[in-house]
Amino acid sequence: MANITSLNVNGRKLPVNVDSQTSLLTVLRDFLSFMGTKYGCGESQCGACTVLVDGQMTRSCTMPVGKVASKQITTIEGLEKDGKLHPLQEAFIEADAMQCGYCTSGMIMAGVALLKKNPKPSRAEIVKHMDRNMCRCGTYLRIVKAIEIASGTSKEVRK
Amino acid sequence: MKEELDLDPEFDLALALELERYELFADPRYNFTFNRRQFLKVFTGGIALLVPMSNLLAQQEQGESGRGRMDQRVPNDIGAWIYFDEKGEIAVYTGKVELGQNIRTSLAQVVAEELHVPVQMIRMVMADTDLTPFDMGTFGSRSIPFMAPQLRKAAAAARETLMALAAEQLKVAPADLRIVNARFVNGDASKSLSFREVTQGRKLVKEIPADVAITPVKDWTIAGQSVPKVGARDFVTGVHSYTSDLKRAGMLLGRVVRPPALNSTLVSADTKAAEAIRGVNIVRDGDFIGLAAPDPQVLARAEKAIAVHWKTPAQPGAAQLFEQLKRESSPSRGGGRPVGSIADGMAAADKKLSQSYTVAYIAHAPLEPRAAVAEWNNNKLTVWTGTQRPFGVRSELAEAFHIPETHVRVIVPDTGSGYGGKHTGECAIEAARLARASGKPVKLVWTREEEFTWAYFRPAGVIEVSSGVKNDGTVTAWEFHNYNSGASAIQSKYAFPNQNIQFHSSKSPLRQGSYRGLAATANHFAREVHMDELAQLVGMDAVEFRLKNTQDQRLKAVLEAAAKSFGWGAKRQPGRGAGIACGFEKGSYIATAAEVSVDPKTKKVKLERIVASFECGAIVNPVHLHNQVEGAVVQAIGGALFETIDFQNGQILTAKFSRYRVPRFSDMAPIEIVLLDRKDLPSAGAGETPIVGLAPAVSSAIFEATGQRLRALPLVPTLS
Repeated sequence: MANITSLNVNGRKLPVNVDSQTSLLTVLRDFLSFMGTKYGCGESQCGACTVLVDGQMTRSCTMPVGKVASKQITTIEGLEKDGKLHPLQEAFIEADAMQCGYCTSGMIMAGVALLKKNPKPSRAEIVKHMDRNMCRCGTYLRIVKAIEIASGTSKEVRK
Repeated sequence: MKEELDLDPEFDLALALELERYELFADPRYNFTFNRRQFLKVFTGGIALLVPMSNLLAQQEQGESGRGRMDQRVPNDIGAWIYFDEKGEIAVYTGKVELGQNIRTSLAQVVAEELHVPVQMIRMVMADTDLTPFDMGTFGSRSIPFMAPQLRKAAAAARETLMALAAEQLKVAPADLRIVNARFVNGDASKSLSFREVTQGRKLVKEIPADVAITPVKDWTIAGQSVPKVGARDFVTGVHSYTSDLKRAGMLLGRVVRPPALNSTLVSADTKAAEAIRGVNIVRDGDFIGLAAPDPQVLARAEKAIAVHWKTPAQPGAAQLFEQLKRESSPSRGGGRPVGSIADGMAAADKKLSQSYTVAYIAHAPLEPRAAVAEWNNNKLTVWTGTQRPFGVRSELAEAFHIPETHVRVIVPDTGSGYGGKHTGECAIEAARLARASGKPVKLVWTREEEFTWAYFRPAGVIEVSSGVKNDGTVTAWEFHNYNSGASAIQSKYAFPNQNIQFHSSKSPLRQGSYRGLAATANHFAREVHMDELAQLVGMDAVEFRLKNTQDQRLKAVLEAAAKSFGWGAKRQPGRGAGIACGFEKGSYIATAAEVSVDPKTKKVKLERIVASFECGAIVNPVHLHNQVEGAVVQAIGGALFETIDFQNGQILTAKFSRYRVPRFSDMAPIEIVLLDRKDLPSAGAGETPIVGLAPAVSSAIFEATGQRLRALPLVPTLS
């Protein structure tokens, strides 16, 4: 089986030497130390491992790294620019859209992918897009609110 | 355990003992071969069996202001302390664990309140058995009612002590000083000192005087406010390091070879081929087979190379569960003394009702599965692990490896949730066993399937209720038997003149243990659905019927608040139904109202809206309380409508999220949370009780919508 020798993560080309069938999640976490991307289920059910591949929402736990070797991968660590958080990261804090925070990276990456293709999503569009991301603490309504804050469709902040 | 003695009279014995936390009484899963050589290494050769002075204690003794003393061999001597170092930094030491309930924030708030400093100045040092004082564990909604008052007192005493020292330094009267912008300032602001200027060069350890006065809740300015989650930025940037994210130098990754079913025993294992792979360490110890390797690819290859044969006995499945729980039950293990006479109560009744209710096993499914990083250093073990009971896991580790507790350090990074599911130390023990054999640090992260199979479940149960009621709505007799699920909230705030309430333990086919709210969910489900049935029997409104049967003002208040916000009694669209339920547990009150629609063809239940009204005394942080109550309601949706563990012959058939349905975005309905702030009452915990009201409310709503009275959790209307 062929090995891949590099991966483009957050705008940097990083050397790596892994079997191309290895999951992107494993490569990110265990070989490249991007620990912000989480393992939750290993079957694309929970979304904790969500990253962007060429801007598209991708579940890294079931994505063979060989399929994305030549693409641009963005992880949660790649959102902050020059010390400034992405508006959705800010909105998560503002809406208190987390409890334990373990789903948060995946939620934010899924939300960022949505806002990229649809900057003003309706509530129904948010729910449809986010439905394969799980929060066991039950902060769904706050996450919807955070996406609305970031997209400018909500002015009111939950208190 | 001092906090045990301070139980509010509202709390019953069940809370103090929490008998149904079965996992705490279970036999250890592993008992490794006793290694005399290692044991002797520990106990001879001049090794002092005392824990070396931790940095904290050393610094304290070198001379800081503060209070407390530490002796890990008498671990429950002191519950927490606050420490001011010579740089003027303030640290709070508590054995509590942060797993999303935001106790790191709330406890910092109450300390900041008493010290009159901003929350940002408070550093919480939590859940590290070498640094923080003993704590039983983060469960039972105890942190706010028990830990927060201790910290408030400690902070108030610290403030008074520092004030006195500052006054002495400034040569002013202590009463002339205030704390403004983290400085001690005199009346005309002509003199001031920083915390650092007061603490520098001091050497002082004090205990809290018994009579220390704390700030009344009505005067709170920092506590009681919606302070944002401490460290929120680290969570939204992915910077926060959970146990599963930790790396240590030379660390290996571990795996445990699991049998195909529960209660299997090892027949044979051939590990030769795996052992031949470079860098792989294999451990065989009794029925335990595990391996560790430097990277996931090697690990996977080695795991495949191991050939194992297990023997699995025939075991009962989910189909026989409820029959089995009743058959194998004990006469009674508690519930309370009978009141009055059931026979008299039944004789006085106009109508009688006997019904049986069931609840399924469900899983906590915390999104971060069990994880541990273990590292041995000269027979001393350090384990980072996401547990709700760091000191309990320390004991488990000491026992498993035949070493003194003083040689074990358990550190809990803020964890990816637990919901009562992370009380035990299996994963920590497994990681430590692999690390000992490898001579290197080992990280073990359970897979989702392992988490679903090898952890423990919320107990399933059967509840039988027989009752009598007068036509005017007075319940005259109440006989209530819970088989297996537990005694929490088996008593209620209803004033039943004749009652016999019993809990019967049973033989559970699956390993069971704590879950958010324990059996309060099951007991509220049975009680509140039964109350609804009785109201229907006598043709009374569900709210009116409940109000008639209780004198408890706080229960009435939450029920009336929920009914009002919900618009109870308003006419509903066809195909929809509404239900309401209320209850009390662990010092707090909940009422939940729900409206559902049921698809006439598929019978799929859709939640249309939910109102939950909650009262837990004085509110410490409104936004986090709101979040906590909302989260409990959302989690309750799973147990109410979908979640159930299916099993057969020791195999968990629902060990994946693709087979185990939990609430998702599309299951959400608008949820309105009504928080009643009782500044005149002590703050109770809020992590658990709000979960109990939803299931019975939804059952009653489904009844109104369809005419089907569902008495089994999860609630699934039949198609016919």
